[in-house]
Amino acid sequence: MQDKTHSSYKQLEQRSKYTNMFLRWFLYFVLIVFAFYFIFPLYVMVVTSLKTMEEIRQGTLLTWPSGLNFDSWAVAWGGRGYGAGDTFLKPYFWNSIKMVVPAVFFSTFIGAMTGYVLTKWRFKGDQWVFLFLLFGCFIPFQAILLPMARTLGVLGISNSVVGLVLVHTVYGIPFTTLFFRNYYVSVPTELVKAARIDGAGFFKIFFKILLPISAPIIVVTVIWQFTQIWNDFLFGSTFSFGEAAPIQVALNNMVLSSTSVKEYNVDMASAIIAGIPTLIVYVLAGKYFIRGLTSGAVKG
Amino acid sequence: MKTLKIDELSKNFGTTEVLRKINLEIDEGNFLVLLGPSGCGKSTLLNIIAGLETINEGNVYIDDYNVSKVEPKDRNIAMVFQSYALYPSMNVRENMIFGLKQAKVSKEKIEEQLQKVSKFLQVDALLERKPSQLSGGQRQRVAIGRALVREPRIFLFDEPLSNLDAKLRVEMRREIKKLHQQLKTTVVYVTHDQTEAMSLGTNIAIMNHGVIQQNDTPENIYNKPSNTFVADFIGSPSMNLIKGNLKQSSNQISFIANGSNFEIPINGYDLKEKSNLEDKEVFFGIRPEHIFFKKSNEGDFEINLRADLSEYIGHEQIMTFDYENQEVLAKFPSTIKIELSKNTKLYFDLTQISLFDAKTEERI
Repeated sequence: MQDKTHSSYKQLEQRSKYTNMFLRWFLYFVLIVFAFYFIFPLYVMVVTSLKTMEEIRQGTLLTWPSGLNFDSWAVAWGGRGYGAGDTFLKPYFWNSIKMVVPAVFFSTFIGAMTGYVLTKWRFKGDQWVFLFLLFGCFIPFQAILLPMARTLGVLGISNSVVGLVLVHTVYGIPFTTLFFRNYYVSVPTELVKAARIDGAGFFKIFFKILLPISAPIIVVTVIWQFTQIWNDFLFGSTFSFGEAAPIQVALNNMVLSSTSVKEYNVDMASAIIAGIPTLIVYVLAGKYFIRGLTSGAVKG
Repeated sequence: MKTLKIDELSKNFGTTEVLRKINLEIDEGNFLVLLGPSGCGKSTLLNIIAGLETINEGNVYIDDYNVSKVEPKDRNIAMVFQSYALYPSMNVRENMIFGLKQAKVSKEKIEEQLQKVSKFLQVDALLERKPSQLSGGQRQRVAIGRALVREPRIFLFDEPLSNLDAKLRVEMRREIKKLHQQLKTTVVYVTHDQTEAMSLGTNIAIMNHGVIQQNDTPENIYNKPSNTFVADFIGSPSMNLIKGNLKQSSNQISFIANGSNFEIPINGYDLKEKSNLEDKEVFFGIRPEHIFFKKSNEGDFEINLRADLSEYIGHEQIMTFDYENQEVLAKFPSTIKIELSKNTKLYFDLTQISLFDAKTEERI
């Protein structure tokens, strides 16, 4: 041991205090920079959507709008009211809702079922089934476009919301199964044994015992599936067109197909409208999201 | 009529043999403990009795009725698990009556059973609570209550005390014992804790590698272990097994430890087979608590051994002695002072010894 005098300890104490203070301020600085970086595009979008075309031409990206002018939002949602060539989001928004609600429901439910079977009703070769399901998470979606188009054609549901529901359900199952399997692995199997002795069967155990304690993972899965399906462009643009298209496809058509002047304010409003539902879902259920993601790993 | 009978039962998981030709019988009202190290197959056996595992060979009978292919819920059994396995989303009331509801028992009967059992177990004040709001001991009691309301023929316990802390474990052990005294229901209880097994069981079946080594009363398990595994497994520290040979002369049988020429007379030992004893290789078994520092019985045999090591544990001390390069452990009151590295006079209680064939490791 070095022989340190009382005063040198004082010095060391001071030094560590300054180092800590510096690091703390540095941390805040970095966080603030990143916060700006992420919020900036949203700011531009919101501000631009509230300006008139005149204002956009004269000011810069950052200029504050002269007033709260929701005209471009109305145009983006409901159109201008004249016939052909007027694309607006309202019908496609409802298309997306009609697609996303059943697709999220079915993929989550089926994922919960498969996760339940793979953990609590083990059978010979179940690891292989799980492995192949996991494979589905890594298949690039471009690879299955042609076979899927053929399948939808044979089933007679191509270019329809029903077809998109099927596609999204099928390609959601690998992810939802993974979520539920990892969650149910941490649920003691003795619960299932106890319920079997009590006389509950396969479905009763699922609905009465496991599903009531699955809220965290259901929230995670719903957020994940909702975001994926709502934001999907590839499947939407491939398997549907015209009337049956979901909102992301309509947004693309709206922004890219304008013939005359680019209406940035309408474009921005449309983009925000298309993004709002996922935001709502995340804000409502977000606090469960992190909890659910980690709940499989750490027993609480 | 046997309440439970297991007949030539075998079980494999793939190519691993978990249980081999198990035979067991329990009379009404008995408390059978399945005891063994982890991986010996005791929990699998319990799951098979419950009907949660399938059987490869053999049969299980409850009240002389072959239940081998009967569903768990129809076997008239109830089980208490190590993790309690209370349904997390249900409160205590719902947990306890879940089974009865499944069995479509009438509402009045359910309520009556619930009141009776919850009063009996003193959980009647907790009926509206969720399992997460209960302490470990309360959860344990509710888990037992859930089993009790069904009025089963056989109670199955799967290491129910392993999750509790040491103090609570001793308390709950006594409660289970009391419960059995009052209800007199047949119990099969799995544990790896020999104190639990000894204090609770009317019968103990010691298992190792999927085979029952000895199924006997606690007294016989302790005093007359049927092989070296049981001798070694029961007792803490376990029985000293000193290797050596037997020597037979006209009317005298004695034991000579390897490397020694000192004879220990064992005339008083009740041999199963009295022939072919000369030069037989054996283990001489004596428990640490049957070695004394002062002569306490007339028949005690005096022997001089070197003290090598002393472990002080409060109410007693465990001394290690050297007997011709074989370790011999003895348990003494901690008040006795013994000098290390010196020969000490000790007394073996020869009425308490066990002898095992060194080859077969079976009691002779």
